[in-house]
Amino acid sequence: MTAESTTVLVTGASGFLGRAVVRELLAQGPAVRTLQRRPSGVEGATDVLGSVTDPGAVARALEGADAVVHLAAKVSLAGEAADFERVNVGGTRTLLDAAVAAGVRRVVHVSSPSVAHHGSSITGDDAAPADPARARGDYARTKAAAELLALGRDGDDLHVVAVRPHLVWGPGDTQLVARIVARARAGRLPLLGHGAALIDSTYVDNAASAIAAALAAVDDVHGRAYVVTNGEPRPVAELLAGICRASGVEPPRWRVPAALARGAGAAVEALWRVRPGDDEPPMTRFLAEQLSTAHWFDQRRTREYLRWQPAVSIDEGLRRLAAHSASA
Amino acid sequence: MSRHRSAGPAATPHVLDGLDPAWSRLIEVPDAYEERRESNTWHVLDSLGRLEELGAQPVGTILCVHGNPTWSYLWRRLVAASTEQARAGGAAWRVVAVDQLGMGFSQHDSGSDPLRTLEDRVADLGRLTDALGLTGRVVTLGHDWGGVVSLGWALDHPDLLAGVAVLNTAVHQPETDPIPAPLRLTLQGPVLGPATQATRAFLETTLSLADPPLRPEVREGFRAPYRSADRRRGIRGFVADIPVEETHPSRTELDRIAEGLRDLAAPALALWGPRDPIFSDRYLDDLADRLPQLDVHRFEGAGHMIAEEVDYASAVLTWLGDLEEAHGPEARPTAEPAVAEPAAWTTPPLWHHLESQRASRTTALVEMAPPVGTGPRTVSWRALARRVDEIGAGLLALGVRPGDRISLLVPPGADLTAILYACLRVGAVAVVADAGLGVRGLTRAVRGARPTLVIGAVPGLSAARALGWPGERIAVAPLPRALARTLGARRSLRDVTALGAQRLAGRTLAELAPTPGPRDTAAVLFTSGSTGPAKGVVYTHGQLAAVRDALAATYGIGPDSGLVAGFAPFALLGPALGARSVTPDMDVTSPGTLTARATAAAVDAVGAATMFLSPAAIAGVVATADALTPAERDALTRVGTFLSAGAPVPLDLLTAAEALMPNAEAHTPYGMTEGLLLTDVSADEIRAVAHAADSGVCVGRPIAPVSLRLSPLDEQGRATGALVGDPGVTGEIVVAAPHLKDRYDKLWLTERASRRTTGEPAPEGLRWHRTGDVGHLDDGGRVWIEGRLAHVIVTADGVLTPVGPESAVAGSPLVARAAVVGIGPVGTQQVVAVVETVPGARRPGLAPEGVADDVRARCPVPLAAVLVVRELPTDVRHNSKIDRGMLSGWAAGVLAGGRVTAP
Repeated sequence: MTAESTTVLVTGASGFLGRAVVRELLAQGPAVRTLQRRPSGVEGATDVLGSVTDPGAVARALEGADAVVHLAAKVSLAGEAADFERVNVGGTRTLLDAAVAAGVRRVVHVSSPSVAHHGSSITGDDAAPADPARARGDYARTKAAAELLALGRDGDDLHVVAVRPHLVWGPGDTQLVARIVARARAGRLPLLGHGAALIDSTYVDNAASAIAAALAAVDDVHGRAYVVTNGEPRPVAELLAGICRASGVEPPRWRVPAALARGAGAAVEALWRVRPGDDEPPMTRFLAEQLSTAHWFDQRRTREYLRWQPAVSIDEGLRRLAAHSASA
Repeated sequence: MSRHRSAGPAATPHVLDGLDPAWSRLIEVPDAYEERRESNTWHVLDSLGRLEELGAQPVGTILCVHGNPTWSYLWRRLVAASTEQARAGGAAWRVVAVDQLGMGFSQHDSGSDPLRTLEDRVADLGRLTDALGLTGRVVTLGHDWGGVVSLGWALDHPDLLAGVAVLNTAVHQPETDPIPAPLRLTLQGPVLGPATQATRAFLETTLSLADPPLRPEVREGFRAPYRSADRRRGIRGFVADIPVEETHPSRTELDRIAEGLRDLAAPALALWGPRDPIFSDRYLDDLADRLPQLDVHRFEGAGHMIAEEVDYASAVLTWLGDLEEAHGPEARPTAEPAVAEPAAWTTPPLWHHLESQRASRTTALVEMAPPVGTGPRTVSWRALARRVDEIGAGLLALGVRPGDRISLLVPPGADLTAILYACLRVGAVAVVADAGLGVRGLTRAVRGARPTLVIGAVPGLSAARALGWPGERIAVAPLPRALARTLGARRSLRDVTALGAQRLAGRTLAELAPTPGPRDTAAVLFTSGSTGPAKGVVYTHGQLAAVRDALAATYGIGPDSGLVAGFAPFALLGPALGARSVTPDMDVTSPGTLTARATAAAVDAVGAATMFLSPAAIAGVVATADALTPAERDALTRVGTFLSAGAPVPLDLLTAAEALMPNAEAHTPYGMTEGLLLTDVSADEIRAVAHAADSGVCVGRPIAPVSLRLSPLDEQGRATGALVGDPGVTGEIVVAAPHLKDRYDKLWLTERASRRTTGEPAPEGLRWHRTGDVGHLDDGGRVWIEGRLAHVIVTADGVLTPVGPESAVAGSPLVARAAVVGIGPVGTQQVVAVVETVPGARRPGLAPEGVADDVRARCPVPLAAVLVVRELPTDVRHNSKIDRGMLSGWAAGVLAGGRVTAP
C-alpha cells in the first residue's frame, strides 16, 4: 500500500499508546483520522469525538478511510463485566461491521498477550491462540473474544492482523510508569516473589512502530496475531528499579513478606486501587501473575513477518524517560 | 477345533494411549504341538498396513518379543517411530510385535493346558512367523524373558536373520550364582500363585519399576489385558517356566540358546538399564562374552523398564541405519576398532624400562608420605621390577586372565604404581576410577566396569562393600581378620605377592605371562562427569604407550628425568617414561592441600626437573609460599618445566607459580580423559596473546602427533559441519592421534556420536574423535576453547559460546568466577550471567545493582539477568569445570519466578 494516498482511522488515540501510534503514522505520510471521546491532542490528526460503541460516530469516523488501527478498549481494573463486554467486544464488532460497509480493506487490531495467558510462566513462546475461556479476568477475556472476532473477519476483502504489545511504557505514560513512581515515592511499591521473574516489556515508540509496520505489512501477514516486545526481558525488580531511577525516585527494596506474595492478586489490586478510569491499566490478578512469573516471548516471527525491529533499547528508553522526568 | 477349551480367546485391544488400532492384527497359527491343539490365535502389532498406505517398501522386519508381565504394548513407540521414519523418507522397517501365547491379547490357555515351556514358545514364534510369511531380513528385539525367546527364534532362522537386539534379558543362569532375590521370592511355591495370578502384585511391581513413574494412561495400557485372574494365568505360567534348576523342563532349551549364541555371527545390540533388580549387569557381561560383536549401550539411571525410560526406539533405528550403511552383516565392522593398526609393537611397551632396568639399584620412585612408616620411601628399579613380577604372578595364581578387569581403589604411590604395571603386564584391564568422581560417580563407574577383582585400601573397600560393588576384593595392606572379613577382603596384597613369589620360583613374569599386544585393552579411565554421569574410557596398550611417547616428546622427559607426579593420569606414567618419579605429601583427594614446602621436599628428593600438578595444587603451593625456607626456595629453582593439567588455570596463578620457580617454563596443556594431551601452550605465549580479540581461552597449538580440525556449528548450535582447519571458524574440536582413547565403555551411542564426522578422513590408521569442546583456531594456528558444545547458547541473534563472555565478565573486580548460560528455547534463548562475587554473596538471587551494571557493561552480549551464587556447581575432580547445564536449569527456574535456592 502506498502510505501517502491513504487515510487511516485510529481508535483510542487519546491514550498513551494511541497518541504514539498517531504520531508514528503521521510521520510516515498517511492522513490520520482519530476516534475517541476526548481530543487526541496530536497535531495533524483529524479528531472525531465519540465512542466505538456508537455506530453513528463510527460511521462518521470511517468516511473515506482505507485502513483502521483499533486501539480503543476498556482496560480498567474495576468495572462491570458487561462494560468490558460492551466496549471491547461490542465496540470491535461495531467497528468491523462499519469498516466493511465503508469499504475498508485493512485492519490492525491492537490486542494484548493476556488473551493467551493462563496464569503460568511464558518463557520464549511465540503468540498462542487467544483463549477467552481460560483468560484471566474480564479485560483479558473480552480482549481475547475481540481478537477472535477480529481475526474471524479476516478474508480476501478485509485483511486483519492482530498485534499484541506487551507491557508498554515510556515518557508520558500516566498509567504504568506513573503508578509505579507514585507508589515507590510513597514507599509502597510491592514486589512479588523475589523480583527475579524475567519479563518482557515494550518501549512505547517500539510498540507504535510495530503497529505501523503491521499496517504496512498487513497484506502479507493478515489472519494472525503477533506479540510485540523490546525482546530484552529483564528481571521484574530490575525493570521497575530502572523506571523508578529514571523518574528520580528511590527504587523499592525487594524484601517482600511472603504473605504478600501469596495473596498476589489481591495485594496488587488493593495497592493499586486508585480512581478507576476508562483507560486504566489492567491491574488485576493477571498483572500480579505477570509480576511474579516469567513472561518473555519469541520475537523471531514477529520481527521477520512485520519487517520490524525495535529502534529504542530498554537502556535508551530509560534515558529518555529520565530526560523527560527531568524536564517535567 | 480346539482340543482344549481356550480360557480366553484372542481379542484386539480397545483404545489405549500410544497405540494405533490399525496396528492390531489377529492371526490364526497352527500350534507348535498339534497334539495339544490345532491352532492358536495371536494378537500382534504390525506396521505393514500403515507402511503400505505410505507406499513405503519395507527394507526388513523388526520382530519384537515382550517379556513377563508385559505385552506388545511395550513396543508401541518403536512401531510409531519406525513408521514415522518411513513417512519422512527414511528406511521403512516393518515392526511386528507379538503378544506371546497366553499373554496380552493373544489366546490364553485354560487351567487344564500344560505349561508352555521355553521350547514351545520358540517353536510357536516360528509358526507365527511362518504364518506371517516373513521373508527377507529380520532383526529380533526382545526384552526380559522375551529376549531369550527372540534369540531362540534367531538361532532357528539363520537364513532370515539380519541382526539381534535385546533390552535387559539373560540367557544363562550359572548354577554357582544365586537367583536374584526378588525373583527367588516370586518363584517360591506358596508365593508364585498369589503374586502372579490371584493378585496383580507381580504386574504392579514390574510396572512400578519405571523411573520416572509411568503416566497413568500408560499404566492402564500395560494392565489392559490382565484385568482378571484368568487373564493373568499366562503371567504365572511364564514365571513358573524360568529354568532355575538343572532338571527344569526348559533348561535344555535355555542351554541350547545360550551355547548357540557363541556361534551367532549376526550383528548384535544390547540396550541396558543397569538399575534392574533381576537382569543385572552380570547378565550383560555374560551376553557380551557370548557375542563378542555385541554393541552395548548402558543407559545410566535406567532400569528394567528401559523401554519406558529411554528412547530405545531411536537407538534401535539408529543401529539399524548403520547396518544398512554397511550393506548388511558381512561388510559391517565388528565392535572392535576397525583401525588398520599393526598388531606388533612399534614403540616399547609401557613396562619396557621395568625390564631393561630390572638390575638397577637407582631410584625409580619416591613416596614422600608412604601409607605406613614415616619419612620418604625410596623404591629402586630393581625393587619395583621384582614387586611388579610378584604381584603379576600372584594375579595369575589367583586365576586372572588377560582381559579380566581389576579395579584399583588405591591412592597414588608406590603400591598403586606396582599394581598398575603388574595388571598391565599380565594383560588384565586396570580400571582406574579415582576419588575425584565423588562416591556416587565412583560407584556408578565401578559397577558399570564390572571388575572381577577390586584391589583397594580400607576406604575403597569400605565403599565397595557398603555400595555393593562387584568383584572379589583384595586389601592393599594386611587387615585385622575381623575387618578383612567385614570388608569381604579374603586376601591382602601381601598374600598376592607371596602367591606370586611361589609361582615365579625364581623366574621373571615375562617367562610366565605372554606379552600383551598393542591392540589389547589396557585400562579404563573415567571422565570427570561434569556433563552427566562419568563415562568409562577404554585405552589399549598401544594407545597408553602413545600417551607416554607424546609426553616424552613434548616435554623432553625420559630416563634421568626427575618428575614430581602430582596429577593422577600422568603421574602413573613415570616408570613408563623411565623417569624417577616422586609423589609429594598431599591428600590426593584434595589437591589444594599440597603445600610449597611439600613440593620443595619432593623436588629435592629426585632432583626433579619436571612437575605435573593440577590447578588446585598449584593454588595450594602459591598460597603457602611464605613458609618456604631459603633451602627450599633453592630446591624449587631446579624445576625446569611445570605443567598444569586437567582444567584451565588463571594466568595470574601461573605467574605467581613462575615467581617461585624462576627457571621453570609454565605450560598448560589441553586434554581430556579421552585424549590426555592434545595441545600445549606456555605461560609466555598466553601472555603474548592476552590482548587478542579472540573469544575463549588460548590453549596453544596441537602437539606433534595430533591432527585437529573443527566441525562448524550450524544455526541451531549443533556441530554438523564438515571438518575444516581454517582460522576464525567456530566449531566442535575434533581430533585424531595415536594416543587417543580406543572407545567408550559400554556406551555404543556415545561412541558412535563421538566418531561421526563428515569431510576429511582421519589420518591413516586413526579415527576422529569429537571432543565435545567448542572453539576456533587463530591465524597463528593456536586453539581457543570457547566452552562445551552442550553449553552453546542460541539466541535470536545467533550462536554464542560461553567462555568469551565469561572471561569478560570475570574481568570485573566485583566478580570472582563467572558462568554464562542460556535459558529458554534454542533459537530464542536469553543469556544470563551467574557469578560468584567478591566478597561472596550470602544468598543466591539477583545481583546487586552495582554488580549487575558492571557485569552488563563488560559482557559483549546483552544479558537478560545477572544472578549471584555463593558457589558455582563444579566437578569434584578438578573443582573447576562449571556444570553450565545444571546452572542453566537453575537459572531458568529462578527467572521463571520459582523459589530461589542454591544451585
